[in-house]
Amino acid sequence: MYDFAYHKPASLADAVKLLADHEDAKLMAGGQTYIPTLKQRLARPSDVIDLGAIAELRGITEEAGGVTIGAMTRHGEVAESAVVRRVIPALAALAELIGDPQVRNLGTLGGSISNNDPAADYPGALLGLGATVRTSKRQIPADQFFTGMFETALERDEIVKAVHFPRPEKAAYAKFPNPASRYSMVGVFVAKTGGGVRVAVTGAGQSGAYRWTAAEQALAGNWSPAAIDGLTVDPSGLNSDIHASADYRAHLVKVMAKRALAAAG
Amino acid sequence: MPSVSMTVNGKQVGGEVESRTLLVEFLRNQLGLTGTHVGCDTSQCGCCVVHVDGRSVKACTMLAVQAAGSQVTTIEGLARNGQLHPVQAAFREHHGLQCGFCTPGMIMSAVDLLQHNANPTEAEVREWLEGNLCRCTGYHNIVKAIMAAAADMSGHAKAAE
Ligand SMILES: Cc1cc2nc3c(=O)[nH]c(=O)nc-3n(C[C@H](O)[C@H](O)[C@H](O)COP(=O)(O)OP(=O)(O)OC[C@H]3O[C@@H](n4cnc5c(N)ncnc54)[C@H](O)[C@@H]3O)c2cc1C
Ligand code: FES
Ligand code: FES
Repeated sequence: MYDFAYHKPASLADAVKLLADHEDAKLMAGGQTYIPTLKQRLARPSDVIDLGAIAELRGITEEAGGVTIGAMTRHGEVAESAVVRRVIPALAALAELIGDPQVRNLGTLGGSISNNDPAADYPGALLGLGATVRTSKRQIPADQFFTGMFETALERDEIVKAVHFPRPEKAAYAKFPNPASRYSMVGVFVAKTGGGVRVAVTGAGQSGAYRWTAAEQALAGNWSPAAIDGLTVDPSGLNSDIHASADYRAHLVKVMAKRALAAAG
Repeated sequence: MPSVSMTVNGKQVGGEVESRTLLVEFLRNQLGLTGTHVGCDTSQCGCCVVHVDGRSVKACTMLAVQAAGSQVTTIEGLARNGQLHPVQAAFREHHGLQCGFCTPGMIMSAVDLLQHNANPTEAEVREWLEGNLCRCTGYHNIVKAIMAAAADMSGHAKAAE
């Protein structure tokens, strides 16, 4: 790991200022992606700004019928939260499936979505639930937040503060984990919401999580696993790697969608 | 160089570190607490698990400066007055180790589990050990040891055989 200057600001305003003052500075949340990246010398920041001491970035609150989760809230806190379990149980269940207990004790919601790993789980939940990302500058709907593999709409000096998740009528997440890394090979989040049906696929797409609109249309009039029986998933645009071919991922998308629908009831 | 201070195994410790120093490097190289092992460079093996403020974390995936001001417990801090912690005793009794390389991480992870779920099912124990890899034992006796420790700690008469 290359050395860097370390900062631990106590407020969001201080963190924003540090980012502005140091051109090659990088934010660190739980470090569960960023520290392994630094260890492999894949990044060489001049400064690392640890968000761990900023109280206003943490916590889970019930808001407007849904839940709002601070960017620095750990995966384990979401999984164990009584509020999340009651309001959006599918979201608590998804958090419980991320990595392993030690990763969940440090990894954060803000870090996961800002990183936008194509195999990460949270992007599926944000797209599937139609969540809104609140940043130090503005509000960004999930549909506009994820812009490609490891790419988001965030500007260089913009910090995720929280994510607001509206409450769905029904929702579930089904994940086929990579047996070694636990990241999703394919994960499908389905939700029946006031604004319609949403189906989000993570792990499969070459440009990250995406919505499976054909399935959304099929489910709009018939919310049941059988409604998507007639659909086929086109493997072009899906990831092919040592873990699974694009054809296999295409197959898994439909299987996981049906499992999620069955679980959502 | 930044200086850090934290409480490790109940003792106030401190020192100068580089910003990039990992918590596991600080523990092993500067404090000489070599019970915490390093088995990988991809944050996957769990040999380095310690407790920071009561929760298990991978000490290879945390900076020493991040842990400043925290309460850290390593495998060396589990025994009390020369008495092994019940999880340590159960690993010995039930042959929960062969080479022993993964053992400190396994035990620290298991202690965190039992602090939050005093009576886990076998499936919960296996799921909890997702982030702890063992190349020797096949996990069977590790799970057996943790189940026995849980029974012992919650005062159940029935010891897992
Ligand atoms: C062994 C292992 C298994 C894993 N398994 C899974 C899995 O199954 N599913 C899954 O989804 N993930 C998995 N992960 C990743 C884990 O969830 C990470 O915690 C997560 O991807 C990143 O969150 P973090 O808080 O650790 O962020 P960091 O690693 O600290 O940061 C990641 C990136 O986000 C940026 N960033 C962080 N916070 C903010 C913010 N508030 N605003 C703007 N930018 C920000 C940082 O600058 C950095 O570029 C795994 C990780 C490990 C080590
Ligand atoms: S040394 Fe392998 S996870 Fe820490
Ligand atoms: S006992 Fe050898 S790695 Fe687990």
